[in-house]
Amino acid sequence: MLRTWRQRVTITDIVVWAIGLAIAVIVVWGTISTLQSGKYTGGTWLDLTIKGLALGGVYALIAMGYTLVYGILRMINFAHSEVFMSGPFTAVFLALALGQSGYLDQHPLISMTLISLVSMTVSALIAILLERIAYRPLRNAPRLVPLITAIGASFFLQYVFRGLYGSGVRAYPTLAALIGFWELAGVRIYKTQVVVIFGAIVMMLVLYGIVQWTKMGKAMRAVSEDKEAAELMGIDVDRVIVFTFGLGGASAGAAGILYIILFPVVNFFMGFIPGLKAFTAAVLGGIGNVPGAFLGAMILGLLESVGPNLFLDGLGVINPSQLKDAIAFIILVLILIFRPSGILGERLTDKA
Amino acid sequence: MEKQSSGLKQVVNNGLLGGIISLLLALVGMVNAFGKSYIVSDVITMAQVLMLAPILILGYNAVTRSQSKSTVVLLGSGLLAGLVGGLVLAVFIEIGQVVNLRAMLINASPDLYKLLTFGLPIQLGVLMLVLASVVSGGIAVGIYLLPARLRRAVVQAFLWVSVLGLLRNLFVTMIEGWGPVKALFRWMFAASGVTPFAAVVIFLVIGVIFYWTGGTPATKSKRQLTTRQQRTARLSAILGIILIVLFLPRVLGIFFSEILDNVGLFILMGLGLNIVVGFAGLLDLGYVAFYAIGAYTMGVLTSPELGFFNLTFWQALPFALVTAVLSGVLLGLPVLKMRGDYLAIVTLGFGEIIRLLVLSDWLRPYLGGTQGIQQIAHPMIGSLEIANQQQLYYLIIVAIGITAFIAWRLKDSRLGRAWMALREDEDVAKAMGINHVTTKLMAFAMGALFSGLAGAIFATKLTSTYPQSFQFLVSINVLSLIIIGGMGSIPGVLVGGLVFMGAPELLREFAEFRYLVYGALMVAMMLIRPEGLWPEARRRLELHEAEEPIEDENPQDVIQDSGL
Repeated sequence: MLRTWRQRVTITDIVVWAIGLAIAVIVVWGTISTLQSGKYTGGTWLDLTIKGLALGGVYALIAMGYTLVYGILRMINFAHSEVFMSGPFTAVFLALALGQSGYLDQHPLISMTLISLVSMTVSALIAILLERIAYRPLRNAPRLVPLITAIGASFFLQYVFRGLYGSGVRAYPTLAALIGFWELAGVRIYKTQVVVIFGAIVMMLVLYGIVQWTKMGKAMRAVSEDKEAAELMGIDVDRVIVFTFGLGGASAGAAGILYIILFPVVNFFMGFIPGLKAFTAAVLGGIGNVPGAFLGAMILGLLESVGPNLFLDGLGVINPSQLKDAIAFIILVLILIFRPSGILGERLTDKA
Repeated sequence: MEKQSSGLKQVVNNGLLGGIISLLLALVGMVNAFGKSYIVSDVITMAQVLMLAPILILGYNAVTRSQSKSTVVLLGSGLLAGLVGGLVLAVFIEIGQVVNLRAMLINASPDLYKLLTFGLPIQLGVLMLVLASVVSGGIAVGIYLLPARLRRAVVQAFLWVSVLGLLRNLFVTMIEGWGPVKALFRWMFAASGVTPFAAVVIFLVIGVIFYWTGGTPATKSKRQLTTRQQRTARLSAILGIILIVLFLPRVLGIFFSEILDNVGLFILMGLGLNIVVGFAGLLDLGYVAFYAIGAYTMGVLTSPELGFFNLTFWQALPFALVTAVLSGVLLGLPVLKMRGDYLAIVTLGFGEIIRLLVLSDWLRPYLGGTQGIQQIAHPMIGSLEIANQQQLYYLIIVAIGITAFIAWRLKDSRLGRAWMALREDEDVAKAMGINHVTTKLMAFAMGALFSGLAGAIFATKLTSTYPQSFQFLVSINVLSLIIIGGMGSIPGVLVGGLVFMGAPELLREFAEFRYLVYGALMVAMMLIRPEGLWPEARRRLELHEAEEPIEDENPQDVIQDSGL
């Protein structure tokens, strides 16, 4: 027994487990001392929770793009963060025009629908073009090749949009209907956050429905299971892949509109960090798995929003919210070390 | 009949694509930026080249694809592709006259329309533009019809004239540093670009040279020499390069020395990342982290501002390197089991974590926060302080020399071969008895070592470090230079670094578009020439060998073999 134990556990495992243990100790210790200090009231925690759920909703919709594409092509679409950026960065011009003519405040619902449609269309279009031009010729290449292509495409798109629309920041006009908050048991709940959470859940249900109950969704799942067999069954694999990219893109465009409801400014660089976080969320939930993406995104949003104050404040870290992105990335590293298949993902083989 | 119509469609598609690319170049601002930089003084601007080159290249593509023997069909497809491309631009200009596109597309300014219509009145200019596009299509046909040897000579001559024209500022600055060529340069260069007469002369001279040498490939002429002659030839070439490298900062002056320093640091990092990505096949996107670690260790140890240690540069350097290597191993351990894309994202996350930590208020007392660390020590050799950019250049050259030597020796060593085996197939490599843990960790450690060295020199070069210097973009710069240069190829890194890090520094107009161009080049490279511009011999063989099985009847097997 002892021999097999020694054979199994290498020095790497010990180091890795030590890192994990150290982080666990820090988190627990930090949480206890924060709670003991009593610096924050229950209201603050609730506020942070709702903020986290709203963020999680945005991440969930972006994560859909990663998860759908990964499910079918087994590749990480690194340029997805730019697909996300392209929608709201283009739709801002419509929003500004509507805002100037006063139409936005007279018919907020119609305006927002129009803006969302523009955003979703642009994002979907960019995603489809990306697939057609950059990824399709490389479908059978060694896997480092499409990844490098995706990184190149990501920077190309970022700087094309910078060239087209300028390097400055543009602000969305504020929607009068979304200003303000509801007071619930002494806690302020902002209308924007409620709208975002609601919107994200509706979009997620629609996406889940498409994947689960439409013919195209069935084809997608078939291609994801076995590309060759699907082709033999008469499924047009190319069309399914284009549809998948389009769907992921549209979802990212919708996420973009929810994102600008929370943070109403856009620029060419806005996709990078949310894209990375959404990827983390997709991995956390189990990449390739639609409900997993939602669950992972909500958990990530919560951890990112509540985490800095809960874990780090008690340790005497000044301005812990500066480190919220670091927390997200540490979570990413930890999941990939300890449970690469994610929460809902099935056990992946070493090769996947 | 059907074949003809599909041929027509192909030509129109190529023309459309050319027009769209050239429109995109105009709308992202590249045409505007190069509007005033003449290649041939008062005759051709870079903007015009950018406008018409895509149409010409795609026209050439259309002509090649048409695979016709009849000159009429070829000429027809070239002219048609040019016409379609020109019409795309023309339609855009006409729309721009009616609608104010500038509210959305910031570059759709009157200046752009003026450039696109050659400064003529709008309607006449549009006509001229379409005409010029058609002529470009015609030129494409002309180039296609030339014999291969002459074609190569013409293309080379054109490239030489363009590069000389664009780099006019570099050469004119050289006049001040180096007297003998003064008269020549005075004659060659105008206020912007090359003088028209000189352009013709250069075109002819280069053309003739390439026409002459084009017939006999270099390998053949080399083979005619005896081994001893070959050795002397190679030795004198190396000596020549060394001499040029040694005297470069003297000739170029302080300003260009600083550019050389920056390029040198990128080459140093490129050599390190080349080990990780090129040799071992581990895609590391957080490479900037080690650069930051090297720089910050140097800062913390030497800066009297923080006052912890007050070491000298040489005392602190080993610590900086050791810290970088240790963090490389620390990053390497948890990611050992990950492959390809996951590894890339995790390392990216690691790079961001380091940057966020450095930036945070929490570590401000130790690392300076947003203000960074100032007063970092200069290195001393005896009583000589290496302070200015020209002196630092030599320090960097020595570092590059050592690094390149180590990388070169490692490549074919036992370790280097183990890296390549792991890169090609991890399972087989493990089965062959390669210890993947130590091998991978060595790759991370070596990469981190060189990056840490670059970081330490960078810190002493600026005598300060700021978190802003360690953005993700630095990693992308280094990655793109080794990918475009050729993964795993040491000359590829050297040449790629010189060209791709030097160009944005020399051409200020280009600097704004560097990531756009790098991104496009990375994609194009992967699609057309995945081995890079200056490839390593083995890599090229592998990649082109891999192309054959794709044609195989069972592509799925290939996917599985390549680690998917």
